[in-house]
Amino acid sequence: MKAAVGLVLLFFVAVALTLVVGVRNAGIVDVWQAFFAFDASDPTHAVIRSVRAPRLIAGLIAGAGLGMAGTVMQAVTRNPLADPGLLGVNAGAAFAVVVGALVTGYADSGMMAALAFPGAAIASIAVFLVGGARSGAGSPVRLTLAGVAINALLLSLVSAIILSRNETLEIFRFWVTGSLAQANARPLEAMFIALVVGAGISAVIAPRIEALALGSTLARGLGTKPGAVQLSALAAITLMTGAAVAVAGPIAFVGLVVPPLARRIGRHVLRRELVVSAILGGSMILLADTVGRLVVAPAEIRVGIMTALVGAPAFIFVVRRLKPGALT
Amino acid sequence: MIETGLTTTSLTLGYRERVVIRELSIAVPDQSVTSILGPNGCGKSTFLKALARLIAPTSGQVCLSGDDIGKIDTRLLARRLSILPQSPKAPEGITVSDLVRRGRTPWRGLLAPWSEEDARVCQQALEQVGLSDLADRPIDELSGGQRQRAWIALVLAQNTPYLLLDEPTTWLDLAHQLEVLSLLQQRNRDHGTTVVTVLHDLNLAVRFSDHLILFGGNGLVAAGQPEDVITPDNLLSAFGLKALVMPDPITGRPMIVPH
Repeated sequence: MKAAVGLVLLFFVAVALTLVVGVRNAGIVDVWQAFFAFDASDPTHAVIRSVRAPRLIAGLIAGAGLGMAGTVMQAVTRNPLADPGLLGVNAGAAFAVVVGALVTGYADSGMMAALAFPGAAIASIAVFLVGGARSGAGSPVRLTLAGVAINALLLSLVSAIILSRNETLEIFRFWVTGSLAQANARPLEAMFIALVVGAGISAVIAPRIEALALGSTLARGLGTKPGAVQLSALAAITLMTGAAVAVAGPIAFVGLVVPPLARRIGRHVLRRELVVSAILGGSMILLADTVGRLVVAPAEIRVGIMTALVGAPAFIFVVRRLKPGALT
Repeated sequence: MIETGLTTTSLTLGYRERVVIRELSIAVPDQSVTSILGPNGCGKSTFLKALARLIAPTSGQVCLSGDDIGKIDTRLLARRLSILPQSPKAPEGITVSDLVRRGRTPWRGLLAPWSEEDARVCQQALEQVGLSDLADRPIDELSGGQRQRAWIALVLAQNTPYLLLDEPTTWLDLAHQLEVLSLLQQRNRDHGTTVVTVLHDLNLAVRFSDHLILFGGNGLVAAGQPEDVITPDNLLSAFGLKALVMPDPITGRPMIVPH
């Protein structure tokens, strides 16, 4: 109960800060008026509605998507290091969008963003195949190493493609580290729908994922088909990660930091964990983005870099806490 | 003749070229406790897995109340028959009650919320294994015996008339082995659950089983009541073991004293 109150508070603080903080400081009153008593001649109102609100929505889609995708991934693979960022799913989505832009000559329109989904799907299938998860021989170590390798490969390919072209550095930055700065140019409605579908699939198969986490033998004894559950989970991860990347670029570490907290608060009931992950992930991205905008104002540190600043120490913490033999 | 219970007809099991069980037709008596015995590598675990459809037979079939289990819907089978594999893994930090509730998986609908029936069955399972007081403790903090009882509570929560367990007493000391086996026997007496276990300890198996299936290096050696199965001749052909068989001073059942 205490945790629930804390979560709601955290969420509201993160949302409020996103709308209030910026080059043009606004009060809560301005925010209220911008939505409910809009005055077109007031530049503060305009900024809130056209810049900060999309930023808020993009942050929530990205954070909720990555948080829930991480939670599903960690549950399915029984690997506390599974994160769509670390395992190359983000990078796969970014890679597909960039290649799409290269081939068609479009400079990344909303349509291009749809490529994030096949990109994410192919990268996660590649990780599962290389990591041996499908054959049952996959250990968490193999899966993590395969993911890290594929992630590095895809990110350098993204860099190589972008550096060979004349686009501004801004696009490069977006597809390598992720940012909410272009939120109002991203296909937010479509990606919101993709996120909801992904979250819906996850919620439906959650009890079966819980069974799968007890090992595939027991899972089959409990009446689930491990292959089918893994495939549905893969679809859900792809939808949620793809949506996140399409609105905010590849952001690492959210999917790593959020799931362990969600497990603790959600007490190993996956549906509860999903709700907690969505709230925590969204809040984490919004807060990281707000801090990133404050520390070097009027410039900003990109949210992907801010999450890495928090995430890298968290990663080391998780690794150090692993029991000997836990990853074999 | 209407077939009842768990039966096999001309069941052949194997991995690739190696045949482990050949043309075995046998019945597990309903509402009794059956133990599968035999030396290491004789295929007793393989046989148990085939009974639970975890391994597809090379030929022949396994039937549950006359239905070929290969053709029963996965989830419906899981409502009739449960299996606890050897050394299952628990997610880190999970509590006993959260582990046990996962036993309800086959009974839950696609979007059905946790029902009162689910809660009642889980609570009953915890009571039967004597872990009600430890329900909120993380499973990593329990002793080996308690942990094994938590896993048994999970399959009890699955609430099936057939309960299969692969070496449920491995790694436990003698007192805890007795505890686990009497728990299973109690379940059988109270609910009429058909219990099938793979066991290593012959004397314990005799003590707690109504029916024994004894495998040797070349397939089935004997099956039947403990008195008929546990004989010096059968022990010699199954294990190559020279032993004396005498009545157990407590139960009067056969007791094995190796030479």
